[in-house]
Amino acid sequence: MTQTRSGTVEFLQGNEVCAEAAIYAGMRFYAGYPITPSTEIAERLALRLPQVGGTCIQMEDEIGSLCSVIGASLTGMKGMTATSGPGYSLMQEAVGYAIMAEVPLVIVDVQRGGPSTGLPTHASQGDVMQVRWGTHGDHAIVCLSASTHQDLFETMIRAFNVSETFRTPVIVLIDEIVGHMREPVRIPDAGEYELTERLLTNVPRDVDYHPYLPREDGRLPMSHFGGEHRYNVTGLYHDMWGFPSDNPQVTNDLIHHLMNKLENRKRDLTFTKEWNTTDADIMLISYGASARSARHIMEDRRAVGMRMGLIELQTLWPFPGELIRERCRGASYVVVVEMNMGQIVHEVKAAVERPERVFLANRVDGEMITPADIKHLVRVIQGKGI
Amino acid sequence: MIQRFLFSGTGGQGVITAAQVFAEAAIFGEGLNAVQTQVYGPEARGGSARSDVIIADSEIWFPKVLEPNVLICLSQFAYDRYSPLVRPGGVAITDPFYVKRWQHATSRAVEIPLHDTIVSLQGGDGGSVHGINICLLGALCRLIPVVSLESLQSAVRRRFPERYLERNLLALEAGTSLAHERITTF
Repeated sequence: MTQTRSGTVEFLQGNEVCAEAAIYAGMRFYAGYPITPSTEIAERLALRLPQVGGTCIQMEDEIGSLCSVIGASLTGMKGMTATSGPGYSLMQEAVGYAIMAEVPLVIVDVQRGGPSTGLPTHASQGDVMQVRWGTHGDHAIVCLSASTHQDLFETMIRAFNVSETFRTPVIVLIDEIVGHMREPVRIPDAGEYELTERLLTNVPRDVDYHPYLPREDGRLPMSHFGGEHRYNVTGLYHDMWGFPSDNPQVTNDLIHHLMNKLENRKRDLTFTKEWNTTDADIMLISYGASARSARHIMEDRRAVGMRMGLIELQTLWPFPGELIRERCRGASYVVVVEMNMGQIVHEVKAAVERPERVFLANRVDGEMITPADIKHLVRVIQGKGI
Repeated sequence: MIQRFLFSGTGGQGVITAAQVFAEAAIFGEGLNAVQTQVYGPEARGGSARSDVIIADSEIWFPKVLEPNVLICLSQFAYDRYSPLVRPGGVAITDPFYVKRWQHATSRAVEIPLHDTIVSLQGGDGGSVHGINICLLGALCRLIPVVSLESLQSAVRRRFPERYLERNLLALEAGTSLAHERITTF
């Protein structure tokens, strides 16, 4: 079994969709350490990667997993790992290294309840800020999310494309609900999605190659490590050859480059889905599994004439603040739906013109937030009582 | 059309497999939409098992079943826990071998002797109840006409390897006759 054919509809778990989409995107190296609720990604890839000539390895722990993906990526493979919150905590050192050394790779974080080992088999969206600030030091990060399996397939392809374009780690942040749920997904035909391949240098062998000298468009052509060119890779601040440097000018230029290459391309990195946002009096903002409940109640309330709209964030970082401000201008109330004590809600409050009109609809007991939970909060805001 | 099913029982009876096969039959056989979730908690390790299936002819956003139209219970624990959730006008399907009913609410109750059927199908030794989950689906397709027997047969063929196929197809067939002949409603 488990031969997936393009163009067919499959009934898959979200985790299995992550695996299939990664293979579609050209990922051929997976290293990971199993953890609920992400384990099915590793299980599927252990079966599927050998069928397509790829490599799947179970490492000794999470930091070893991400480090081996960094190594594989530098030698020219598209690589990824998958984990959940506790494992992602352990990866933070290597995340920082991948940012500093500008290594393209994808990390799937299937969230569960935290902190610590928390709630392994239950729903949570508590890792949003860990993804933003989990590793130390100033940095920019790309984090994408999805709420349906068809969107998840596309999001995984985007994640690899963005990581290759910007030489950066990309985190795909889903949750236990999306990861474990089964629903139909159409496996796209080959060529249906554009795939961004590794940008390689055309500097010939034995000619001075600058691995960390950006082109005019900000991209850095790579050379397979251990191949044509000799160069250094380090987590220290480094010059254009990759050698450590504490020169203030070099340091200043590098940190600005690392931030600006993503923050200045925010528009290219912003993916959202919107429903009924043009006339919305009550604007819901959500992502991941919570967006399914938000969509449910939005359709339900529209049917009784309430002007409710929904923005589903498929990009969490860099946060699309300008778009949120623009869309929420005409709304009387903004309700952020998420399964945590309030993480994206603070970004929304910082983005909109009237932060006092922003409310949080959340649930943190390990159960999926329900459409009724959102409805009750909206009724209270409107002064109608539950 | 939207129908919410809650499959529940004890770990090892195959109720989660039944839920998956049922959803696949709805998608690939009937051209409907379906979403399936299951409980993964510590209670899923040898204790109780639960899987939710929503079948609809439209998009399905919220994937969990809070108030089932159809509840299937193959254990007393599951019945005690989930039977109060059934929607008014919904159906609770139980096997009297496992469940002593006590709900007399607004839902309908259907008892079908799945356990005894499977035991006699396998020669009456009383040991194995392999196939009880698929037998259940046979009865279900007659009681709740959302998914046809043909769609279920294809889904079973798609799902099981050759060596388990015949046994499961027989169990499915036996389930359909159950709904015709030996059904007791209250």
